[in-house]
Amino acid sequence: MGNPVDMSIELAGVRLQNPVMPASGTFGYGQEYKDVFDLNKLGALVTKSITKEPRYGNELPRIAECTSGMLNSIGLQNPGLEHFREVDLPELRKIYRGPIVANISGFSVDEYREVAAKVDREEQVEILEINISCPNVDHGGSAFGSNPKLSEEITRAVRDVTKKPIFMKLTPNVLDITEIAKACESGGADGISLINNFKAMRIDLKTRKTITSKTYAGLSGPAIRPIAMRMVNEVYHACKLPIIGIGGISCADDVLEMIMAGATGIEIGSANLVDPWTCQKTIDALPKRMKELGIRNLEEIRGVV
Amino acid sequence: MKRDKSTILENQMLADGIYKMTLETPECAFTAPGQFAMLEVPEKFLRRPISVSSYDSDRYVLIYKVVGDGTKKLSRMEPGEKISSLTGLGNGYDVDTIPDGCTLIGGGIGIPPMLGLAKSLVIAGKKCRVILGFNTANEVFLVDEFKNFTDDITVMTADGSYGQKGFVTDAFDTLDYACACGPLKMLQALDGKVRKGQFSLEARMGCGFGACMGCSIQTKVGSQRVCKEGPVFDKEVLLWETL
Repeated sequence: MGNPVDMSIELAGVRLQNPVMPASGTFGYGQEYKDVFDLNKLGALVTKSITKEPRYGNELPRIAECTSGMLNSIGLQNPGLEHFREVDLPELRKIYRGPIVANISGFSVDEYREVAAKVDREEQVEILEINISCPNVDHGGSAFGSNPKLSEEITRAVRDVTKKPIFMKLTPNVLDITEIAKACESGGADGISLINNFKAMRIDLKTRKTITSKTYAGLSGPAIRPIAMRMVNEVYHACKLPIIGIGGISCADDVLEMIMAGATGIEIGSANLVDPWTCQKTIDALPKRMKELGIRNLEEIRGVV
Repeated sequence: MKRDKSTILENQMLADGIYKMTLETPECAFTAPGQFAMLEVPEKFLRRPISVSSYDSDRYVLIYKVVGDGTKKLSRMEPGEKISSLTGLGNGYDVDTIPDGCTLIGGGIGIPPMLGLAKSLVIAGKKCRVILGFNTANEVFLVDEFKNFTDDITVMTADGSYGQKGFVTDAFDTLDYACACGPLKMLQALDGKVRKGQFSLEARMGCGFGACMGCSIQTKVGSQRVCKEGPVFDKEVLLWETL
């Protein structure tokens, strides 16, 4: 004891000072958080999903609440690839020097390939996270990520155009997540991010309509954390790729539990929306908690179950 | 935006389902009337957005309506209890661009931010006229407080049980400039009778500080977040058919 703990990790060759990243879609392109805390404390920063063209997203309301969580049906609102390259990325660089994970979505294999090829040219992006799991769009999204063949095809298409590490972000709305993870592994992925939101719904008793304008929306938050842990653990045992564990994490204990389930890095999502200081608080609390639990480095607890 | 544990000084019913909560905080982050706070409610995952009615350096007043389980829980909190609050959120009314003699129009739970605005206008040396709309007499609140800032107050009730019978739009023919907050239908009705102005919108929000895109609306100047670029907008940019 008395020795400092090491909370750094390595994600497919990229060194992170700690395992904590904000989940795509809960952190914009960093600007909303720049006055909240020093973003350079993050392990890495995952951007909001980028598509080829700008998207407004779904009609309002896009948000509902439930016990221990929330539903969203944003629908991949984003300013589009060109705006991302010309404005959002350079602006992010002004306030953040650490590794950037660019999250990419598409509506066809070609679109994934095209966007990935262009993002590949951006020196500042160190990792590509490929979203094949958005539950809130009618075409593409989780339709890709629930089909092993398509998942492999998209992985391969992205692999063809970039040497940067690619993490495929998977949907939990499948019978067997290991099948999808293995398909991505065969397609040449460097890692797996999981899980995205669960397809869910809430109904307003008075109007007899769903609370979100889109009938089904994505459930996230503490409610899904134990399921996310189980799925991370399944994928950990089924393939060799490093995993970014996502789902309901909101404190240092949740981080350590997810790593014990098999994750290398972790992403914090909904919790940022409730308390924008969550990532910072989690990173600050991690060394103390590791010390208390006798953990010297995160490697020694990874996948202990 | 600031996060703090505010202490509840009072939490009392003003009218049917309408509550006034006064909070004390070491440092208040509000800079303009029309801004809002996000309050953590016991047992609820998401915070609740409540517009600020008035504020000074170390205390602020939130007047809210009980509309669901979250606000019901809020209404049961007691003085002395602490509540986690994000303050100073959103863009409020731009007092500098409001002309002298402007009309402030509030409907129902859209009235509280108008009180803060009236105060700010008086401080800026500008006169204002106030039109307040309610459904019925037992929902009337805050009318007397406006008397501190103007003598020109018109109260309308839909059933005529208090003030004049009718809607806020019945209180005038046309206006050159108005600041308004209230139900969407009221704002839309005002749009045709008001030449220019600043209107405050409501939306179901996730975060309240611009991160989740849960409250993005389409406007003439592109997509705008009600919580970040709003909730107060120049009415000229609004696309009513998309709201």
